[in-house]
Amino acid sequence: MEMKKNTRSWQKHMEQVVYGIFLLLGLITIGCVLLITVYLVISGIPAIRQIGLVEFLFGDTWKPTAAEPSYGILPFILTSVYGTAGAIVLGVPIGFFTAVYLAKMAPRKIKLVVEQAVSMLAGIPSVVYGLVGMMVLVPGIRELFDLSDGACLLAAIVVLAVMILPSIIKMSVTALEAVPKEYEDASLALGATPEETWFRVSVPAAKSGIAAAVVLGVGRAIGEAMAVMMVSGNVANMPGLFESVRFLTTAVASEMGYASGLQRQALFSVALVLFVFIMLINAALNYFLKGDRKS
Amino acid sequence: MKPIITAKDLCLWYGSAQALDHITLDIPENSITALIGPSGCGKSTFLKTLNRMNDLVEGVKITGTVTYAGKDVFATDVNQLRKEVGMVFQKPNPFPMSIYDNVAYGPRTHGITAKKDLDQIVEQALRDAAIWDEVKDRLKKNALGLSGGQQQRLCIARALAVAPKVLLMDEPTSALDPISTSRIEELVTQLKDRYTIIMVTHNMQQAVRVSDYTAFFLLGELVEFGATESLFSQPVDRRTEDYITGRFG
Ligand SMILES: Nc1ncnc2c1ncn2[C@@H]1O[C@H](COP(=O)(O)OP(=O)(O)OP(=O)(O)O)[C@@H](O)[C@H]1O
Ligand SMILES: [Mg+2]
Repeated sequence: MEMKKNTRSWQKHMEQVVYGIFLLLGLITIGCVLLITVYLVISGIPAIRQIGLVEFLFGDTWKPTAAEPSYGILPFILTSVYGTAGAIVLGVPIGFFTAVYLAKMAPRKIKLVVEQAVSMLAGIPSVVYGLVGMMVLVPGIRELFDLSDGACLLAAIVVLAVMILPSIIKMSVTALEAVPKEYEDASLALGATPEETWFRVSVPAAKSGIAAAVVLGVGRAIGEAMAVMMVSGNVANMPGLFESVRFLTTAVASEMGYASGLQRQALFSVALVLFVFIMLINAALNYFLKGDRKS
Repeated sequence: MKPIITAKDLCLWYGSAQALDHITLDIPENSITALIGPSGCGKSTFLKTLNRMNDLVEGVKITGTVTYAGKDVFATDVNQLRKEVGMVFQKPNPFPMSIYDNVAYGPRTHGITAKKDLDQIVEQALRDAAIWDEVKDRLKKNALGLSGGQQQRLCIARALAVAPKVLLMDEPTSALDPISTSRIEELVTQLKDRYTIIMVTHNMQQAVRVSDYTAFFLLGELVEFGATESLFSQPVDRRTEDYITGRFG
C-alpha cells in the first residue's frame, strides 16, 4: 500500500517535470518568434521614420550611395510580388496536375519514381538551383529572346516555379489522397467517369489542402534569396520580365555586408517589410487550414 | 414476373479467393428483393457486380453472365449502366457540397445544365426521397450538416435524380437510428412502384417488412430464392431455416 502510494507520487512528480520541460521548449520557440519580431520592428522603424513611410514604400528609386541618396523600395516590393506571382502562375498548374496524376491516375511504379524525384527536388539546396539556373537557364533565355544578358525576372520566375513545385505537389497529393473513397464511389455509382469524379468531387473536397499548398508555395517563393540572386541580375530596376531585378530578400542579402548608416538601417526596414508579407501569408495559410478542419 | 436483372452462373474471385459461386438469379421488376445471409457471404459483392462497382477492385475475375434489361452488363457502357442502376451505400456519403449540388450532381454529369430543369429535378428527387420538407429552406447549405438519417435520404434523392430503373441498396439503414430506419423502409416501399429495388440487409424483420422476394446467400452461394413470405414461413433448404431462426449466423 505504502509502496504503491510512493510510486504513484513519484510518477506524478516525473509527469510534472516532463510537462515542465515541454513547456520550456514551447516557450523557447515562442521566445524566438517574439525576439525576431521585436528586433525587426525596433531596428526597422527608425529608417522608415527618417525616410518617410510613403517615400520608402512607394519611391521608385533605390540609390543609397548616390550623392543625393534615395531610398525607395518599390522596385524590390514589386519584383518580389511579380516574381512570386509569376512562379505561382507557372508552378501551380504544373504542380496541381502532377498531383492529380500522382494521386489518382499514375500506375504504382511510376508514382513511386515520380514521388522520389519530387522528394529529391525538395532536398536540393537553393544555391544549387541558383547555380544550375545561372549555367543553363540564363544563357538559354539570352539566346531564346536575343537579350544582351539573360539574368532577369523571367529566369528568377522559372527557378522559383521549380523550387515551389515539390511542396505544392506533395501537399496536394496528400490532400487528394485524404479524400474519402466513399465520395468517389458515390460519384462513380451515379455514372460519372473517373475523370469527372476527380475534378468535380475529389479536387473540390481537397480544395483547402490544395489552397494551403499554394499559399505555402507563395511563402517559399517570396522568402527565397540565394537562388534568385544568382539568376536575376540583382539590379534595383523596376521589374520587367527581361529586366535585371532585385528582390526584397536579395536587397538585404547583397548590401548588408558593406552598408552603414541610414542605408544599413533601411535594409532592416526592407527586412521588416518582407516579414510583414510572410506574416500575411501565414495568416492566409491558417485561414485555409482552419477551413479544412471545420468542414 | 418479368425479370429486369438476370444473373447466370455468376462466379467472382478476389485474387484467388472465390466470393461468388455460380449464382443464378432473376430479379423481378418493380419489386423489392432482399439479400440476406451471414457476414462475408458475398451479398455486397453480388450487389456491386450488378452496377460493376467491382471493376474498381484490383484482381477481380468474373465468369458467367449478368444481364440488365436483356443486355450483357459487362458489354454495355459502364457509365450508362450506372445511370440506370443506381446505388445507395451503407454509410451515408453525401458530397461535401450543398444539398442542391449533391442532388444536381448526377443530372449535371449527364449533361443537364439549364437551371430551370435542374431545379425541377432536384425538387422532384427530394420529394420522392421524402426529405423535401426538411431541406427546402436550406438547399444551399452544406449537406454534411444534415443528420445521418437525412443524409441517407439525401443520398437516395441523389440516386433518384438521374432517373435510374434499379436501385441497389447495401444495408442502407444499418448506420441509422430506429426512427430514420422506419422512414427509409416506408420510403423504399413507396418507391417500388417506379423502381426495382435490391436491398442487402442484416435485419430479418426488415426483410420481412419491406421485401417481396428474398435471396439467402451462404459462403458465396445462393442457397434459396423465393417470395419473402414463403421463404420465411416455409424455407425449402435446411440452411435457410437455420439462418432465419437464428440457429447460426
Ligand atoms: N475488395 C475486396 N478484396 C478482397 N476480398 C474481398 C473484397 N471485398 C470483399 N472481399 C471478400 O469477399 C467475401 C464476400 O464479401 P462481401 O463484402 O460481399 O460480404 P457481405 O455478404 O457483404 O458481408 P457483410 O454482411 O459483412 O457486408 C468476403 O470473404 C470478403 O472478405
Ligand atoms: Mg456487405
